[in-house]
Amino acid sequence: MTVVNSSSTPSLFARLIDTGAHQKLLAFASLIMLLIGFSIASPNFMQTSNMIAILQATSVNGVLAVAATLVIITGGIDLSVGTLMTFCAVIAGVVLTNLGMPLPIGVLAAIGAGAFCGLCSGTFVAKMKIPPFIATLGMMLILKGLSLVISDTRPIYFNDTPGFDQISRGSLIGDIFPALPIPNGVLILFIVALAAAYILGRTVLGRYTFALGSNEEAVRLSGVNTDFWKMSVYSLAGAICGIAGILIASRLNSAQPALGLGYELEAIAAVVIGGTSLSGGRGTVLGTLIGALIMAVLTNGLRVLSVAQEWQTVVTGAIIILAVYADMVRKKKA
Amino acid sequence: MTNLVLMKGIEKRFPGVHALKNVSFELNSGEVHALMGENGAGKSTLMKVLSGIYPKDGGELFVNGQEVELDGPRASQDLGIGIIHQELSLMNDLTVAQNIFIGREPRLRFGRLDEAALNARAVEIFRSMNLGLDPKTIVGELTIAKQQMVEIAKALSYESRVLIMDEPTAALNDAEIAELFTIIRRLKADGVGIIYISHKMDELKQIADRVTVMRDGAYIGTVEAADTPVSKIISMMVGREVTNDPVVIPDLSGAETMLEVTGLSRGREIQDVSFSVKKGEILGFAGLMGAGRTEVARAIFGADPRDSGEIRVHGKSCSISKPADAVKAGIGYLSEDRKHFGLATGMDVRTNVALASLDRFSSRFGVLRETDMRKTAQDYIGKLEIRTPSDRQEVRLLSGGNQQKVVIAKWLYRDCDILIFDEPTRGIDVGAKSEIYKLLKNLASEGRAIIVISSELPEVMRLSHRIAVMCEGRLTGILPGGEETTQEDIMHLATLRAPSMQPEGYPQ
Repeated sequence: MTVVNSSSTPSLFARLIDTGAHQKLLAFASLIMLLIGFSIASPNFMQTSNMIAILQATSVNGVLAVAATLVIITGGIDLSVGTLMTFCAVIAGVVLTNLGMPLPIGVLAAIGAGAFCGLCSGTFVAKMKIPPFIATLGMMLILKGLSLVISDTRPIYFNDTPGFDQISRGSLIGDIFPALPIPNGVLILFIVALAAAYILGRTVLGRYTFALGSNEEAVRLSGVNTDFWKMSVYSLAGAICGIAGILIASRLNSAQPALGLGYELEAIAAVVIGGTSLSGGRGTVLGTLIGALIMAVLTNGLRVLSVAQEWQTVVTGAIIILAVYADMVRKKKA
Repeated sequence: MTNLVLMKGIEKRFPGVHALKNVSFELNSGEVHALMGENGAGKSTLMKVLSGIYPKDGGELFVNGQEVELDGPRASQDLGIGIIHQELSLMNDLTVAQNIFIGREPRLRFGRLDEAALNARAVEIFRSMNLGLDPKTIVGELTIAKQQMVEIAKALSYESRVLIMDEPTAALNDAEIAELFTIIRRLKADGVGIIYISHKMDELKQIADRVTVMRDGAYIGTVEAADTPVSKIISMMVGREVTNDPVVIPDLSGAETMLEVTGLSRGREIQDVSFSVKKGEILGFAGLMGAGRTEVARAIFGADPRDSGEIRVHGKSCSISKPADAVKAGIGYLSEDRKHFGLATGMDVRTNVALASLDRFSSRFGVLRETDMRKTAQDYIGKLEIRTPSDRQEVRLLSGGNQQKVVIAKWLYRDCDILIFDEPTRGIDVGAKSEIYKLLKNLASEGRAIIVISSELPEVMRLSHRIAVMCEGRLTGILPGGEETTQEDIMHLATLRAPSMQPEGYPQ
């Protein structure tokens, strides 16, 4: 009895740091510090237009990072988010431009294609027991190739679909409050993030997402159909990549079939900076959002300071290592 | 005679916990000194002080008669103190010799390794242990018992005069335990002192010279192992006498048969096993390790595939191919390895209780009703007396006994009326054990069918209304429970090999 009582004090403490709250705080503090640092270094940084550019840049990466977060919490990884996004954009292009279907059909087709491809990855992982890294690596290449094949390696423009570019670039909020011209892409990111956070926190799917990452075998031996839930998570992540596909196509007003590679690493980086554990079982959407913002602020800030593109990449890599190292130090202390 | 180790008035505090209170301990050369106590009594902390992992806050420590201050594990190693942890820490893909000398490999010029010298030195150590083991064997291919021997050899390679063994027999079968004891006796004869931590009373009688008991971080006493009754040692550990009430076997002649298994087979592991369990009955499964009891349980539960065999629940044939099917039929399986197969340890009590039945807590759109989950969890925390600060506590922070209760709660809430317990008290201390026993008896008398798999004969005999005994994949007999069945009867069946299997079929 004394054992349990005595362990309750440190456990509460341990729980506070263990839930990733600390890491989120750390990430949030770094974000604020970056913002302050850049605004001191350059007067152009804190301009409204630049802030909006940062948010706009976060929207696509943020949505992809949310998708990656879901899969990573199950203890898996999804390397195909970037090329899947492109594939969905191409599908939207085919449906809207080549087939001339109405806008909502195009959007649904993109999201549906994303969900289907996610289901395929999920099936490879859950049913065929292929390690997620390999399964989604294969999927990444398949989708990259298919995008080029379907589009005949040429960009598909959405000039015939009026309003398509407004999905990302328009501003519903700005129409109502002209002082806040927040682009729709950012609004969509927040809606996706809120929905994902709700699913993770409040639904059966979310609880099983964490449980799978925490101890999959125990869940299976509880009589839960783990394969079904895992495939559901991958499908959901795929559908979210479909949304990202619409966002990027709308922003460029075209589906660029050669785009996409490299986005998956940016997404995973955002997830990791946000404190989600790559070994599964722990993570938050809010952390991922902050992670995505840090990446965007960094890229933008360095550009405003006229740091060469090559060096921006170097800094990003260093930040990832620092973020994870901070996480390790924290865990050791606990 | 000087003591190999003498610890006097050792004090250790952690934030909020007084872990060691004025603890004394001594170890003579050529002695096996058992250290006993319930989980959390402070045994491991004391051993971590001795092996230099924790600095002591007070008291004196003498090694070979000289007072020493240990400033790290290395200092302890240099004084000839070796520790063999419960969880073996070997690298499975390296050879035996490579494991023993990891970090101290003999070298040739230009940083090349001298494999020949490495293997020769390993053989030398094995010879001193009278152990015939090829130093070039890959460790992962060895049995757990042999791996333990490698750990011992590794400790000896540091010229250890003191060996600390933490539950060395936890994963061993009887033959392997005998093998280990032979080695221990040889080390004793060479003057090595051994500190032996174990929960198994019968082993102490066989191997220990003296027993020191700790409770709640305090030293309780040291007694001679040979002439102290087990009940005395237990009462020192728990601070009260634990009564051994005999099994009361209910009259089940009119009771419904809940589970009937016929002709269950898979390869050589399970061969034509048939049995049945009635409502209100506790059927024990005895046998040596590797007899196939866990395999039978997992096959019935659908966790592993089976070649053939019929499973009938409430008289109806069930096609069970995955755990979800078994759960639907009302069968719950509580694995011996709770941490890997029973609990999502990083999640809270509430989620773990609901883990098998989340669908019951969700709306049509899959949204969870947390309030209901909390109520249910709190309900079971009360009913099963789960000691936890709240239902939001992560289960990894609970003691073994309370973790087991969380798993039981999970199955009870799922309405499973056939429960298979695999080693229900493994890693659970003596006091909590009797609570689990009481719980199992209550579950049976409430009308559930219970199967208990246990490697500890006293446990099987204390609980079972009938005892099924297995040997090498076959069910060799079902004995009545109660006093007329002796340990010898069970052991006879547990070693009853099929004649054709004797020559080469015996697994190493």
